[in-house]
Amino acid sequence: MKLPIYMDYQATTPMDPRVLEEMLPWFVEKFGNPASRSHVFGWEADQAVEKAREQVAALLGADPREIVFTSGATESDNLAIQGVARFYQDKGQHIITPVTEHKAVLDTCRYLEAEGFSITYLPVQKNGLVDLDLLAASITDQTILVSIMAANNEIGVLQPLADIGQLCRQKKVLFHCDAAQGAGKMALNVDAMSMDLVSLSGHKIYGPKGVGALYVRRRPRVRLKPIIHGGGHERGMRSGTLPTPLLVGFGKACELAMQEMETENRHVLALRERLREGLFSQLTHLELNGDLQHRLAGNLNVSFGFVEGESMMMAIKDVAVSSGSACTSASLEPSYVLRALGVSEEQAHTSIRFGLGRFTTEEEVNFVIKTVVQAVNRLREMSPLWEMSQAGIDVNSVQWDAH
Amino acid sequence: MAYNEKVLDHYENPRNVGSLDKEDPQVGTGMVGAPACGDVMKLQIRVDDQGVISDAKFKTFGCGSAIASSSLVTEWLKGKSLDEALSIKNQQIADELALPPVKIHCSVLAEDAIKTAVSDYRKKQKALG
Repeated sequence: MKLPIYMDYQATTPMDPRVLEEMLPWFVEKFGNPASRSHVFGWEADQAVEKAREQVAALLGADPREIVFTSGATESDNLAIQGVARFYQDKGQHIITPVTEHKAVLDTCRYLEAEGFSITYLPVQKNGLVDLDLLAASITDQTILVSIMAANNEIGVLQPLADIGQLCRQKKVLFHCDAAQGAGKMALNVDAMSMDLVSLSGHKIYGPKGVGALYVRRRPRVRLKPIIHGGGHERGMRSGTLPTPLLVGFGKACELAMQEMETENRHVLALRERLREGLFSQLTHLELNGDLQHRLAGNLNVSFGFVEGESMMMAIKDVAVSSGSACTSASLEPSYVLRALGVSEEQAHTSIRFGLGRFTTEEEVNFVIKTVVQAVNRLREMSPLWEMSQAGIDVNSVQWDAH
Repeated sequence: MAYNEKVLDHYENPRNVGSLDKEDPQVGTGMVGAPACGDVMKLQIRVDDQGVISDAKFKTFGCGSAIASSSLVTEWLKGKSLDEALSIKNQQIADELALPPVKIHCSVLAEDAIKTAVSDYRKKQKALG
């Protein structure tokens, strides 16, 4: 077993070697610009790009002509939200999105808000799921777009996409879904789930970084105002020379994800449950953040009571994870996703996200369980809050001076 | 963020972790910070008859820098008079551990803990007359 162990698959995934192999010829040997129509260099590149488009479309049950390639899910979210807002602003200027969305969605909405659009930031339930009744009640005749992610990047909860899609269709509101975390890990179908726009990312599904796609429905046609101009590539929706090697890799990654989704999910879920049971059986005062049933197989987000997240990560330095603690981010605010679930600030400071994936092994999970249990016990011995809790003092009842 | 060597050393080999009897009149206790802010430090000193700090212990809930700051001050406090203890400034702690700007508050917390512990001890002594 090699150290350190990577257990942060929601941040990014290692590229699958089979993906790299597909990509290699497209750097030096076959370098043509897919937009070159006058020679074989361009033609072969164009063919490769179109094959990738088919592979990406297949993952969503979409038509290849509905796929717009981008630089990643952040750009796709920007294009979808800004593009819809600007194209349909005469119809209405209201957008709805949950408070637990990725920053790529939230910050884009904030940006539009500053321009005069009205945004409803929808609260979520304690388990992280969107309340459909609340969503329905929030839709007005001014609403043009609902943007809800497939799977949450921090807590892995899966939103009821088909129900949301049906509701939006019924209310004649466009439905955008950021599926960066969900794609390749759960069955997605743009028709069954009535999705109008879907953002995808290459590097979350064992493909290369710097590439993604936006699915844009053709029937009934969804229109966008582009945000990048110059050359009219991707049917005018996203100009810029297509990065053939990245697209070839992205396409291959989608194909592999689709072929292996079922077996991979079984493998990853078994390991995740092994980890969860290992930790919860050996340690007390743990809290699982986010719903257990409606959850990505490869995500475990746990608060370790009385142990601050950053010190925990230092203690398990052979294991790469991430934390909802303020100390790990520039903002000094603990995770807004956990806060939106009603998790206390204290509990948010003690949260650790374990992300498992395709290349995680049982041996690694065993090592992580052992390492984490040791670290928690050691840090609790050092924690004044643990001492108080052991003495029967309710830490929440103490008057702390805020600073 | 990569951690400074001294922070790592204190974090991995913390000095003087533990508790003193907070009812003991010779012991001063300082508990500062808040769980909601992600750091709580408990610093305790034992003061001998000559008014010299003979022992210091800490327990900290917080990041590596918070743990290192409190571990460091327990080392510094031993053998000091109360006035000398009060002269320890957060900047000295931050300099010694080479804390980055975002972690300066850990050193501020450690200075606060010293002040609170000394004042707790003095209050107890005063009550005894």
